[in-house]
Amino acid sequence: MTVGATLETPSERASYLRAGYSLRSWLTTTDHKRIAVLYLYAITAFFFIGGIAAALIRLDLATPGGDLLSNEGYNRAFTLHGVVMVWFFLIPSIPATFGNFLIPLMIGAQDLAFPRINLASWYLYVLAGLFTLYALIAGGVDTGWTFYTPLSTLFANGYVVAALLAVIIVGFSSIFTGMNFIVTVHKLRCPGMTWSRLPLFVWSLYATAMILVLATPVLTMLLILVCIERLSGIGIFNPDLGGDPLLYQHLFWFYSHPAVYIMVLPAFGVLSELVTAAARKRIFGYWFIAYSSVAIAVIGFLVWGHHMFVAGESTYASAVFSFLSIAVAVPSGIKVYNWIATLYKGSISLDPAFLFAMGFIGLFVIGGLTGLMLAMLAVDVHVHDTYFVVAHFHYIMVGGAVTAFFGALHFWWPKITGRMYNITWGRITAALIFLGFNLTFFPQFILGYLGMPRRYHVYPPEFQVLHVLSSAGASILAVGYLLPLIYLLYSLRHGQPAGSNPWGATGLEWTVPSPPPKQNFAEMPVVTRPPYDYPIRDPMSRE
Amino acid sequence: MSGSLQLWPQQASGHAAQLDTFIMAFTVFVALLVIPVGVLVFVFAVKYRRGKTVDRQHAPNRKVWLEVSWSVVPFLAALGFYVWSTSLFFELRNPPSDTLDIFIVAKQWMWKAQHPGGQREIDELHIPVGQPVRLVMNSQDVIHSFYVPALRVKQDVVPGRVSSLWFKADKPGVYWMTCAEFCGTDHSVMGGRFYVQTADEYAAWLSSSGVDQSLVASGEVLFRKYGCSGCHAASSAVHAPDLAGLYGRAVALASGETVIADEQYIQDSILLPQKQIAAGYEPIMPTFKNILRDDEVIQLVAYIKSLRPASWRVK
Repeated sequence: MTVGATLETPSERASYLRAGYSLRSWLTTTDHKRIAVLYLYAITAFFFIGGIAAALIRLDLATPGGDLLSNEGYNRAFTLHGVVMVWFFLIPSIPATFGNFLIPLMIGAQDLAFPRINLASWYLYVLAGLFTLYALIAGGVDTGWTFYTPLSTLFANGYVVAALLAVIIVGFSSIFTGMNFIVTVHKLRCPGMTWSRLPLFVWSLYATAMILVLATPVLTMLLILVCIERLSGIGIFNPDLGGDPLLYQHLFWFYSHPAVYIMVLPAFGVLSELVTAAARKRIFGYWFIAYSSVAIAVIGFLVWGHHMFVAGESTYASAVFSFLSIAVAVPSGIKVYNWIATLYKGSISLDPAFLFAMGFIGLFVIGGLTGLMLAMLAVDVHVHDTYFVVAHFHYIMVGGAVTAFFGALHFWWPKITGRMYNITWGRITAALIFLGFNLTFFPQFILGYLGMPRRYHVYPPEFQVLHVLSSAGASILAVGYLLPLIYLLYSLRHGQPAGSNPWGATGLEWTVPSPPPKQNFAEMPVVTRPPYDYPIRDPMSRE
Repeated sequence: MSGSLQLWPQQASGHAAQLDTFIMAFTVFVALLVIPVGVLVFVFAVKYRRGKTVDRQHAPNRKVWLEVSWSVVPFLAALGFYVWSTSLFFELRNPPSDTLDIFIVAKQWMWKAQHPGGQREIDELHIPVGQPVRLVMNSQDVIHSFYVPALRVKQDVVPGRVSSLWFKADKPGVYWMTCAEFCGTDHSVMGGRFYVQTADEYAAWLSSSGVDQSLVASGEVLFRKYGCSGCHAASSAVHAPDLAGLYGRAVALASGETVIADEQYIQDSILLPQKQIAAGYEPIMPTFKNILRDDEVIQLVAYIKSLRPASWRVK
């Protein structure tokens, strides 16, 4: 591993990166920080695999006839894109990398509660990834990431069972991680780290872990049933044999709607850390943010039916699901106001991490409020399964979760590697991603309202102008996502040593050296102050 | 680059116009929530930039009433929109009684339509302007979704279920109809033209489309051909439910439940006769699942729907 080998300052000699250089020392590690780095490698690889599929899709859609791919090839490309991005990037990204790395450091612990299970969950992730790659190389899958029956059980071409197995296995990885986080937060907090002093990032991962543990088993059982049905034809979802295709959708969305919160709650947590650090100010409304994470996790289980307004669900059930969706959408959208209020009278530095946070706020607000539009029954009937929905969930997942991931990467990179990267390039990247993202996805709201269905390879020519705009935006976005690969890797060798607290932030993770020593804390810390305890400034201060 | 830049979909119905009004009002509401966020982020980032001399005293970190107000006010406003959109949705789910019923079969990858007079078409649908139309839809294989953007309506067509959708188009023209639920390889080319015609044009189209018989007449032939009449005719010796006047009536089931005899019930009784047994009858009816073609099922259902109680048996 070259990461550790290039770091030469004496204070870093005891760091986790230097505790053994061999590949074996990495692959058998139980150190949460090393496992986080292993996840970072694996997740980055899948981000680029999913991204290549996205690029193919956007390139193909530049012409109405879809001249690049065949119908079948297009279906396989978007299925791969969906499966990889949802299960191999969005769901594990922030929890498995930053959660693994930071939870013990933030709560004053030496490691997670179950270090070996933590390593096992990484291996499960990799194993599931290999199944996915097998399905890809062997010929692909054309069901869409939702695997709707009876298409997936009776009619789909391709390696459906291999893809389902991949998702089942990666689900176990999620469950292990979630369980580990819950036990760690309950049992391993250092003296003085009360619940009211818990960093909001830990609160959000705690809520996320509850969803992972409660919802993922439903998906696992459901997909096992689909595998059995596809292989043996027993008819759970086949109406000819008395089954019900809508049963699949109910169970699928019972998992997959909460899964959206698995993706965005950690992003909320990241944002709370980024905004307070950038403003050097205590967060506005700590308890509202902490409790709303938990409330969103709970209410998130009650709204799955809003994916099925036109599927054949009863009129009254739809009306109830619509109401509950509004009840969960408004509080989660309003959280943004707390971050804005935190900035008021702060001392704001425009570091890359803060620019990503600003980008997140803009994109997430648009994504959240268009979600509110979709919760409105009459609107959903028109735009369901169109590009309006595609734009909406990309604003939440890519504009929200991915932007937060990049913000987290730029914020904690000095802590993870001990090196600073080029701040200017970081700022340029944040701006490029924001612009490229909006150019890619804003036209899709219009496309959707015009009636362009999603998952279309061939489309009427009047939609072309908007598609070309979207594809052009995607190329800017691609540059924005590739740039960090260059300057962050460059920083590993040539970056300035970061020091233990380059941003002047509070929080226990900034009290240990960068990169942290293998044992995290030389002696058990004792917390005596509230979270985000930034000094109160003098009037008319410059700082 | 072909095609001009279109920014708003065509409207072919009163519902489309109502939904457009709703979405514009909602967009204003969303803008009122978004614009302050965007403006304040920039104002604060500039005004309170680190290194600038500015009053930073007494920065609040909680103000409960402020938080409550910015949560509750948008929520109540959203509830107002909820009531508005839900009432539009209920209209979509409650067809008037005088609809023209057209039968649709969805399959990979085409829409097959049958008009009451027996006229058939594929990937095209002709309907009369100003007349409420109800589509009664079946799928032969996977889930499809019937979608006409100009009407702002769509409905999934799930195999094993009879889906229905109604609308009243009031602007003649040719519109795009399509499939919105991913249905396999040729999903994106499943669809075609949706013609809204004046009553005269529609009548002319009906008469120019060659038909052998109306749906009801063909259904009657099938009713005899497949032996349904052997048990279900009034004179039959076999103890089978009488079908006259069945459609729309409440039927007591052996399980103790009661169902309304709609298209779904009649179709299920033909294809899955053991699913819902009428109270007081033996479960002896065989399934016709692998015997009847999908268009034949539609014809039979249309015939059974048409059976009115004979005058001497009216209570």
